[in-house]
Amino acid sequence: MKRKILLTAGLVTASALAAHAADTPVTLESLKSDIANTLLTANNVWMMVCAALVFMMHLGFASVESGFTQSKNTVNILFKNTAIVAIGILTYTICGFNLMYPGDAGAGLMFPPFGLDNFGISNPANGDTVEYYNGSYTYYTDFLFQAMFAATAATIVSGAVAERIKLGPFLIFSTLFVGISYPITGFWKWGGGWLDAAGFYDFAGSTIVHGVGGWGALVGAILLGPRIGKYGKNGEIRPILGHNMPLATIGVFLLWLGWFGFNGGSVLSADPGATSLTLVTTNLAAAAGVISSMVTTWVLFKKPDLGMVLNGALAGLVGITAGADQMSAMDAVIIGLVAGVLVVFSVRFFDKIKIDDPVGAISVHLVCGIWGTLAVAFFGAKSTVDGQFMAQIKGIASVGLFSVIFAFVVFMILKITVGIRVSEAEETEGLDIGEHGAHSYPTFTKSNA
Amino acid sequence: MKLIIAIIKPQYLDAVKDDLKANDIRRLTIMEVQGYGEQLGHQELYRGQEFAVNLTPKLQLEIACNDEFVDKIVASICSGAKTSPEGAIGDGKIFILDLQEAIKIRTGEKGPSAI
Repeated sequence: MKRKILLTAGLVTASALAAHAADTPVTLESLKSDIANTLLTANNVWMMVCAALVFMMHLGFASVESGFTQSKNTVNILFKNTAIVAIGILTYTICGFNLMYPGDAGAGLMFPPFGLDNFGISNPANGDTVEYYNGSYTYYTDFLFQAMFAATAATIVSGAVAERIKLGPFLIFSTLFVGISYPITGFWKWGGGWLDAAGFYDFAGSTIVHGVGGWGALVGAILLGPRIGKYGKNGEIRPILGHNMPLATIGVFLLWLGWFGFNGGSVLSADPGATSLTLVTTNLAAAAGVISSMVTTWVLFKKPDLGMVLNGALAGLVGITAGADQMSAMDAVIIGLVAGVLVVFSVRFFDKIKIDDPVGAISVHLVCGIWGTLAVAFFGAKSTVDGQFMAQIKGIASVGLFSVIFAFVVFMILKITVGIRVSEAEETEGLDIGEHGAHSYPTFTKSNA
Repeated sequence: MKLIIAIIKPQYLDAVKDDLKANDIRRLTIMEVQGYGEQLGHQELYRGQEFAVNLTPKLQLEIACNDEFVDKIVASICSGAKTSPEGAIGDGKIFILDLQEAIKIRTGEKGPSAI
């Protein structure tokens, strides 16, 4: 296998040289430029693969969320997940990308500079060349990869508010959340804003993506209140069973696979050492999350719980995301182990305090996102940096505060004006009929003939 | 004429059918039913939360027969539906009712010969 790759690489270089040789003589400078261009091609391919992998995570979210909810709400869940991908990519095109990445003009700022000419995307003169970003990717690849990321933040909210939120208001919320809130907090760190200057570190978004989505999910779940039937007359917890555990499991596997791109692509090049390390830490944390959540449920509930273990895998993945390129293999295992335990107690905790989250999105993305962000200061290469812990706290708190206020204001305005929750009758009958007039499984009924 | 009604665990239908066939009983109607008995169902676990499942899925068997077949049918159902030599809670129950009349739709034939 190795020899074949070498041979292919040789051919690529040779053909590049041949093309060159036709018009100009080969010089040291031309060779350097050829090698840089070849590297750009290799880097760019990896980044496009990663963009595709992150896109596929939306299928993962759609599967997990429909699996963990009731069959009478499946059309609605799938509809939301489909619409969010489209909304995410389009709003990111209209304003999100330029809001989040204003370039040098935004260095160290709180609010990204944004003018009328920042609407829409357009390939700059050097957009397809090595000058655009150290030969790592082209402008359009940059945009696409970041656009795929953006939509995930809103998808996280979808799971927590499932089975009771009105479709229209949810779509309005998602548009504003992905189009404005996510890019602003994203700019603070990844766009070179004030958090970046403050030393905050978040490699692939434990806080910037998962935390943001988690905070939105928390606000939404609180403002909506629990689903009908989740709590008995005396406040006792009555589980509302998800209708399809195979679907939930497929979803988790898809998300896990997608994380190869989510973290792997966040290296922002195909740098061999960094990408390999990142994929290893990412997978180790997921595996550790599975094992620790399994042991935790086995001890606590006397039986190993699949639903919790699925959350455990995601918990490990979210946990490692902030420092996936900074950790050793052992660090990654520890971070995953802690996340897997944390998620089980967190799901139980939110159930007890009557914040109803059908899929465990708040526990997975918010709680483990916070843990992963803090872990950067405890483990790995950044743990020796002075003031890293305070920088991490600053990041978690500021991004959290902004996201909570934004989500609260938008949800409250929607709640007061059009209402955010479906009627009791609609919720009981299911949102599939109420919101869409359709069944997800029309042949389930016995009187089908 | 008697009507035999039996409630059994769904997984044991094949065993009951085999035992009925072995005793040359070639009539059977089944229904999918749900219910509970003395134990009021059982406990299940979902995402760390225990909850009671009252209604357990069962199969209801109905066989109409002439009096002399009752013992053979009861024996077949018991041997097929018993989950272990000593049996277990939830293995099911058999009820026997007097049957007033039987009519064969095709011929209009009535009484014991219609069964």
